[in-house]
Amino acid sequence: MKNIPAKKITDTIKTLCIQANTELTSDVENALEQALRQETSKTGQEILQQILQNAKIAKREKLPLCQDCGLAFIFLEIGQEVKIIGGSLQKAINDGVKQGYKEGYLRKSTTADPLTRENPGTNLPAMIHTEIVPGNKLKITVMTKGGGAENCSTIKMFKPTSTQKEIDNFIVETIKNNGANACPPIIVGVGIGGSFDQAPLLAKKSLLRKVGSQSKWEKELLAKINKLKIGPMGLGGNTTALAVHIKQGPCHISSLPVAVNIECHAHRVKSATI
Amino acid sequence: MHIELKAPLSEKELMKLKVGDKVFIRGKILVARDLAHQKMVKKAPVDLNGSIIYYASPTPRPPHHIIGSIGPTTATRMDAFTPALIKKGVKVTIGKGKRSPAVVAGSVYLVVPGGVAALLSKSIIATRVLAYPELGSEALQEIEVVDFPAIVGIDMKGRSIFK
Repeated sequence: MKNIPAKKITDTIKTLCIQANTELTSDVENALEQALRQETSKTGQEILQQILQNAKIAKREKLPLCQDCGLAFIFLEIGQEVKIIGGSLQKAINDGVKQGYKEGYLRKSTTADPLTRENPGTNLPAMIHTEIVPGNKLKITVMTKGGGAENCSTIKMFKPTSTQKEIDNFIVETIKNNGANACPPIIVGVGIGGSFDQAPLLAKKSLLRKVGSQSKWEKELLAKINKLKIGPMGLGGNTTALAVHIKQGPCHISSLPVAVNIECHAHRVKSATI
Repeated sequence: MHIELKAPLSEKELMKLKVGDKVFIRGKILVARDLAHQKMVKKAPVDLNGSIIYYASPTPRPPHHIIGSIGPTTATRMDAFTPALIKKGVKVTIGKGKRSPAVVAGSVYLVVPGGVAALLSKSIIATRVLAYPELGSEALQEIEVVDFPAIVGIDMKGRSIFK
């Protein structure tokens, strides 16, 4: 067994929350630079330049990339030979998020109650997803995700006999209807399979993959989405999405759930392994 | 063409703006989003005549900064409140994303890129809370801006940049 002190988890998550919010991931920065070279709309080019300039200012001054510092999603891959000592894992995670959002001057956007809208100002609770894996390491991934793009996300329960074309149309329609409000250029996360609850999680997990390599199907979908000409911030242009990521999972013989989780260009994901 | 806008605004100035124009705002603008809107339509805590409302709520102010990061939030969420506030005198709204010309009739909707909040904070030279301090980052604020960049999304004639 490998002992990992709870405090180490707290400290790591605190640091990752601040880094994620102030440092644009290099894969997305590269994709934006490539998009700038290919964008034909003048306004689109200007917006892409502003996005890249914003990333430089945010990193230099440790300012959040976006005022919406999001819900804090914490993905843990816990090695089965790991033992957490010195406190509860859940508390260690929440303490890390609370400290990171306070010390990083990050906006707290998590309400305690969906209807009264009370905001305790801690950005708690963290949205925690755990997985037990072989080994003696703990991999922590922090993803902070804003509400605007999340609101544009959707799910549809297809029939088992539905065709790939129907699925493609649903994905492209979702972007056509909602893409302009999701801060394009976006990353399109697609979850196919699982159950009603799992498909959106597959879609969200697909967003953790680095932007850069895509399957043939993903490339085809990306081309269709960029043909919509929604463009940067919905003002027209050929850069609507930077990537399409599909993650599949087993499902029931009666079901074929498809979820689309849209990520804005301010993609904030950082990982560490203890 | 770059146009400079200075609040409070007259209808005559607004008529000159055309969809797609790049503008720079100078002067005082209000900052409010969902919960402040819900309150303002019932009773406006300040004079809204000729005012500009920016749909936003900043991150906490770090030491040695005037304000934290402050980019626009999605404008369509404010649609239910916008006509009532235009009646109270609001002339310009600033946000991100699509909205319909019918919602903003009698005013101009300006679009600002979302997610460039650190960059936009550099155009702000002063800030103060005007009302609803209990809403924290969602309080009604007044900010003073210099060369705050925006694009005309919907003009007074109801022409929209969104296809």
